[in-house]
Amino acid sequence: MINLPSTIRISFRALRVNKMRSALTMLGIIIGVGAVIAMIAVGAGASKRIAEQISSMGSNLLMLLPGATTSGGVRMGAGTQPTLTMGDAEAILKECPAVSDVAPVLNGVAQIVYGHQNWSTGVVGTTPGMLVVRDWPLASGRPFTQQDVKSATKVCLLGQTVVENLFGDMDPVGHVIRIKKIPFTVVGVLASKGQSPQGQDQDDTIYVPVTTAQKKLFGTTFPGMVRIIMVKGKSADTLSVAERQITQLLKQRHRIGPKQDNDFTVRNLTQFMQTAEQSTKVMALLLGAIASVSLLVGGIGIMNIMLVSVTERTREIGIRMAIGAKTWDIRLQFIIEALILSLIGGFAGIIIGISGSKIITLLAGWSTVVSPFSIVIAFGFSGLVGIFFGFYPAYKASLLDPIEALRYE
Amino acid sequence: MSLIEAHEIIKIYRLGDIEVHALNLVSLSIERGDFVAIMGPSGSGKSTFMNILGCLDKPSDGRYLLEGIDVGGLDRDALAGIRNKKIGFIFQGFNLLPRTSAIENVELPMLYDGMPSKERKEHALRALKSVGLEGRGDHHPNQLSGGQQQRVAIARALVNNAPIILADEPTGNLDSKTSNEIMELLTKLNEESDITVILVTHENDIAAYSRRIIRFLDGNLVSDEEVVKS
Repeated sequence: MINLPSTIRISFRALRVNKMRSALTMLGIIIGVGAVIAMIAVGAGASKRIAEQISSMGSNLLMLLPGATTSGGVRMGAGTQPTLTMGDAEAILKECPAVSDVAPVLNGVAQIVYGHQNWSTGVVGTTPGMLVVRDWPLASGRPFTQQDVKSATKVCLLGQTVVENLFGDMDPVGHVIRIKKIPFTVVGVLASKGQSPQGQDQDDTIYVPVTTAQKKLFGTTFPGMVRIIMVKGKSADTLSVAERQITQLLKQRHRIGPKQDNDFTVRNLTQFMQTAEQSTKVMALLLGAIASVSLLVGGIGIMNIMLVSVTERTREIGIRMAIGAKTWDIRLQFIIEALILSLIGGFAGIIIGISGSKIITLLAGWSTVVSPFSIVIAFGFSGLVGIFFGFYPAYKASLLDPIEALRYE
Repeated sequence: MSLIEAHEIIKIYRLGDIEVHALNLVSLSIERGDFVAIMGPSGSGKSTFMNILGCLDKPSDGRYLLEGIDVGGLDRDALAGIRNKKIGFIFQGFNLLPRTSAIENVELPMLYDGMPSKERKEHALRALKSVGLEGRGDHHPNQLSGGQQQRVAIARALVNNAPIILADEPTGNLDSKTSNEIMELLTKLNEESDITVILVTHENDIAAYSRRIIRFLDGNLVSDEEVVKS
């Protein structure tokens, strides 16, 4: 029996009478909804960045570093002792079932020349497995092969930054560059990967066969020595199994007794990044929770104003009751008023929240992601706030005694 | 069956420890189409009796039958429904909604009856016309004179075709010329539309418009007499 369109019209009129008051009441909700959306956007932006970095690094990644040895009681840091070899890399791939690919790394910095351009960059000697381990596709050309590694051919893959600096817009595939004055044929170009989690330009690199690096570029005192071994596990779940298998295998190969320290270190990069991702998610949730407190305060503001409004309009309520308004006619009128306040406030809050996120991105340089989900949640929540905090004043209004209400001055 | 039958109505208010007997065993019946004036000094119980007749209040004891229905057993919403369909109220202070046009004020009872908007508008316009306010529908109460405001209130009381109009000192805020106009309008409605009019007043010349005068004193009905029209 309740006539909704007319009730809504009545509510709108009542709100228009006190424009300033209505606007200020809405402001609480506007700020609340805006804050929730902006805060969730900041949090989502942070976790998206980390997720991107994880995928740019390659998934299910373990890194083997030499060192952490004890040398006459003096403990050395990871990477200080050349203890990893090509043989270790091959053995890991062969004997650890939880490992899907391995890429040994021997790297150094070298000056590169093409024509009259030159550039200094990190040169990475590795195997074809590297592209699989790092989930790194080629933009053009072909990867170097196992055969190239075996015969230490002078071929290389260029990162995008190197291409830009040496070749500009030209396609470098097939051209010859000089690394430490030794001519290398460019066989392929790596796709762009952007920044690493540590903020390094991952595209500023050159890949060459590891054997070529050992023999021609970074000659070492120990033949077959590599600096790092990158390992890709079969799946995220078996990554710790792979870690155990590798540790066991290398202990055997390096003849390390049960009481001796390992002369290598295994680092689980993926796990580290996932922890970071988890913590940003918690941060996002926390930010959202803090922001929703302001939404709650906005709701209390609505309740406050609605209570004042009920008192002010006691006589009007009495007239409506005398004329035949039933309990729910009165309740609905005030609930709808509260709902209009909170929904208009919520809508304005969405706009404020979205533009606020954009401003944060612009001013602070943080990436923000406004998810449709957060908009729906914030808007729905503001509606709930309106109904929840509108109900008590509406309930109070509906319980007024019509005779008393009519006499109210 | 009479339109209104009140049997031994008692109304007791409690003010702290004191019991106030506002009505003492009041019995009365009013026939359809009657025009009754209720008189008495303030505190005599006439307003309390009006509130009970208007289903705004319930008797503490006794029975009140409206069109044969015992109102005493009804809940808040059922009483609101009866007020909506059976009773039109006219107040001393007009009691129109402020900042609301005349036509929307007249539409209110139909709104709570769940009538669609278009029909409401038609009925409201007809009701305004019948009280002589054609073309004033868009005026707000503060743009209308006291007499015009009371006419809007009468239109509002009429619009749901209620058989009873309860007028609580309808001319109390009006000058004598306007008072007479309003009373003539009520008389006309009583005579032409067979609406039962029950009116509370202090003034003898207003009561003289009625056909029957009931007097209250200290919560008792003390006299009930026909008006002899000269």
